[in-house]
Amino acid sequence: MNAKILKILLKKEVSLIKRNPIIPRLIVGMPVLVMLIIPLVATLDVKNVEVVVVDNDRTELSRRMVADMDASEYLSVTGCYFSYDEAFRQVEEGEADAIVTIPKDYQKDLTNGEKPELDLKANGVNATKGTLGAQYATMSVANTVARWQAEQGVSLSAREFGTVNLYNPTLDFRNYMIPALMVVLLIIICGFLPTLNLVSEKESGTIEAMNVTPVGRLEFVLSKLIPYWAVGILVVTVGMLIGWLVYGLVPEGNIANIYLAAILFSLVMSGLGVFIANRSATILQSIFMMFAFIIVFQLMSGLFTPIASMPRWAQCITYAIPPRYFIEIMRSVYLKGATMTDLWVQYATLSVFALLFSLVAAMTYRKRA
Amino acid sequence: MKNAIDIQGLTKRYGKLVALDHVSLSISEGSLFGLIGPDGAGKTTLYQILTTLLSPDEGSATVMGLDVVKDYRKLRTEIGYMPEKFSLYPDLTVDENLHFFASLFGVNVKDNFDLIAPIFDQLQKFPNRRAGALSGGMKQKLALGCALIHRPKVLLLDEPTTGVDAVSRSEFWGMLATLREKGITILVSTSYMDEAERCERIALINKGRILDVDTPGRLIEGLDKNLYNASSKDMYPLLETLRTLPDVKDCYTFGATLHVVTNDDFNPDDAICKLRQEGLEDARIWPAKGNIEDLFIKLAKDDG
Repeated sequence: MNAKILKILLKKEVSLIKRNPIIPRLIVGMPVLVMLIIPLVATLDVKNVEVVVVDNDRTELSRRMVADMDASEYLSVTGCYFSYDEAFRQVEEGEADAIVTIPKDYQKDLTNGEKPELDLKANGVNATKGTLGAQYATMSVANTVARWQAEQGVSLSAREFGTVNLYNPTLDFRNYMIPALMVVLLIIICGFLPTLNLVSEKESGTIEAMNVTPVGRLEFVLSKLIPYWAVGILVVTVGMLIGWLVYGLVPEGNIANIYLAAILFSLVMSGLGVFIANRSATILQSIFMMFAFIIVFQLMSGLFTPIASMPRWAQCITYAIPPRYFIEIMRSVYLKGATMTDLWVQYATLSVFALLFSLVAAMTYRKRA
Repeated sequence: MKNAIDIQGLTKRYGKLVALDHVSLSISEGSLFGLIGPDGAGKTTLYQILTTLLSPDEGSATVMGLDVVKDYRKLRTEIGYMPEKFSLYPDLTVDENLHFFASLFGVNVKDNFDLIAPIFDQLQKFPNRRAGALSGGMKQKLALGCALIHRPKVLLLDEPTTGVDAVSRSEFWGMLATLREKGITILVSTSYMDEAERCERIALINKGRILDVDTPGRLIEGLDKNLYNASSKDMYPLLETLRTLPDVKDCYTFGATLHVVTNDDFNPDDAICKLRQEGLEDARIWPAKGNIEDLFIKLAKDDG
């Protein structure tokens, strides 16, 4: 390891990155765009679920139920019908997502301490909208009933139970996405860019000229990685700032925990990147190899879909996917305020991956063919 | 005189393909040595072994007494290498490339500029131009400058003039002669036969084997005997007919004419008679002066 040579190489790398017509813009522009746009578009929040009501009760309570549902920002009551068939036609025509049927004598039965049942049917064609819409409607109705009962001085005999979402009370999808998006950015910046940089030296033949100089392999590879590590840390910082300034999301836990995980994960990704670069002769090859990993990383790490809802065998595979641990750390620290003690398993696993990938990268790197 | 480069039984295989087949070669210090051969002859492989980029499968090689396998680290500071492909950073400027390579070797551009000054004569006018924006000839000069900036004792040039215009090529060879006068050993490969004649000694290489090593003059000696030019309006029938004549050993196009290699019994006048009978009224045959290209064709043919 020769610090002087490393310094010379780093200086060269930095001026080459600065002069590249695309890379500097990409480094600044991509994270900002991703953080500004993706949380708004990639959302599973459902708003404006259209509900039709079949009011067979026609009492003060049933009218209040409808009014409350309509007042909710998630629901809008598009019609009140006297028969289920009429209401159902609305669903068939795509005008409504859910039907709430209030049975006859609902208010009376409730006052008498019985447990009348509401009927709720949701259109399952858009599964998310249907299920979430039904949930919102249930919650809205339960609230109305509870308030009405309190006003009437009736004991809460009808035991409704609602769900309380811990850590993310409104189930705001953004809070779930923002920490994970920073993981995506690190995957691309610390994995992709150094790989392309290394392979382009191969493709342009400059590596030949470098290899006949006294530059050692360690200095050469480090000179490729260090700039992107720095960029990765910067991207996490920018991501957190945007999360705070634009979305008002601040980590509950210690920021140092986030940085530590980001550093470990950068090591994992750059190890993988160097390995891929070693195995590819052209940029095209490396891009395809990188994509193969990135697709699996993004879809199986629990980034978009929860790991718990994957089939058992797929869940087992996710243990071998490093971003899984980083995403867990990011979400836990951000939303739960988890500490190192809570997350030591994730940190330890990431460290093992970092070590393993770096070793593989070092072993497959050969200066002499 | 001491040998700058010593190669003994060097062999390199890529799977089934034998790129170098027991190559042995000695190049004395301070000489301008040419490695002549067609594409795929094994020249680049030989360079990559001498520059420590490849390990040989068999045999050994030393450069300035340093083994290419064992002493590769030390060896890298003693050689200057210019790969066939332009290998400087196209996004760095002329000056930056030069300073970058100098600093990697821990030398100062100022201290060694005298060596490359003649090469940099023209380049000095635009030190801030990016290397990628230079013309082909300028790129070669910059690459040569970068390969020389640490004052190597041996300069290894792999087809340095490929894709460079005739004037720049000639200039480039002039520079090599100057460098040789300064005591630098130069091994240069080329597939241009006219360049071969500017080397002190040349080795002819084909299919991974060295065919012959000598001075260009001595190698083409004796070729003039039994070598003729032939020309006619209809070149192709001429070539076909000449090849059927009993005393003709070989016939191939050579610039605007044909070169005819014959045995001792060949009589040009008889041949012209025969050609006229075949309808080639304007056929002419006259003695030719042999050069490296003829030698190369002969050797490659003998080699099968």
